[in-house]
Amino acid sequence: MPVKGGDRDLELRLDAIRREHGESVRLDQIAEVVRAMLDTISGDISAADLRLYSELESLADYIHNAKAELAALRPGEIKDQFIATATDELDAIVGATEAATNQILDAMEHLEALAPMMDKDVADRMTEITTQVFEACNFQDITGQRITKVVRVLKEIEARVDSLVAAFGQEVGAASAAQPEPSAPASDADLLNGPQLPASAANQAEIDRLLASFD
Amino acid sequence: MSVDKNMNVLIVDDYKTMLRIIRNLLKQLGFNNVDEATDGSMALQMLRVGNYGLVISDWNMEPMTGLQLLREVRADAKMKSVPFIMVTAESKSENVVAAKEAGVSNYIVKPFNAETLKSKMASVLGDF
Repeated sequence: MPVKGGDRDLELRLDAIRREHGESVRLDQIAEVVRAMLDTISGDISAADLRLYSELESLADYIHNAKAELAALRPGEIKDQFIATATDELDAIVGATEAATNQILDAMEHLEALAPMMDKDVADRMTEITTQVFEACNFQDITGQRITKVVRVLKEIEARVDSLVAAFGQEVGAASAAQPEPSAPASDADLLNGPQLPASAANQAEIDRLLASFD
Repeated sequence: MSVDKNMNVLIVDDYKTMLRIIRNLLKQLGFNNVDEATDGSMALQMLRVGNYGLVISDWNMEPMTGLQLLREVRADAKMKSVPFIMVTAESKSENVVAAKEAGVSNYIVKPFNAETLKSKMASVLGDF
């Protein structure tokens, strides 16, 4: 029986059997050839190897898909734009409420300084009212602490996004940077940005200049 | 027991507005000798050189917290008997227990009002 394939050792072995026994070959000699063939195969790759290879291939596909999904989430944008903007806005809230609270306290202290000039009943009533205002100003400390907690959580998310990008390779971050923003015209909703951060906000004089530039 | 309203009171908080609020409330209660510190370590230095009849401290401060300050105060022979009121937003029971174990005299949860401050001070110093 001619051997298909290029296994030279096997052909030589079969030729030797034919030379010795002609076309009639004993079963144990066939078994020996088959065993030799199987040995050859298992020397290269076993069934377990095939299963492992298949699992590795699935894993590679899974990682590839996960990387693509991560890139689509634009982790670089989350870190550099969204989280950075959110923390800046929160810092601005703390700054603004602190400034406003100090202004209220200034006013109350000035009011209290007038007490000696007032009738006692009026002065006492005024003290009651300023006390209530002092109590209400507690809010600045409480909101400040709550906002600090939120900023801490955002920093933690930022660190985890960094770890994710590091674990999946730089192409995830690079892909996110490479994706251009869609250049649709600004809608009415796009114009609703809320108050600007102090550093980037235009003051009234700048607004007036801009308006005047249309004249 | 009569309360000496001329005693020195040390208030400790990392929020300057809160220091200002407490100072004003104390002033309305008749306590005018009020010093301020913005964290535990600053307060500790002031307590070591000064003579204070009451400490009113926040908990959550850096680098030294109010709890650490309290422990330092209670471990110091000169300061260990100074009344110490914690005024904090930390309202979990484990916080209160930790402060009590460290030797806090009383505990006020933020936000608080003038009446609460007065009653807690009275429980520590006596009626005034």
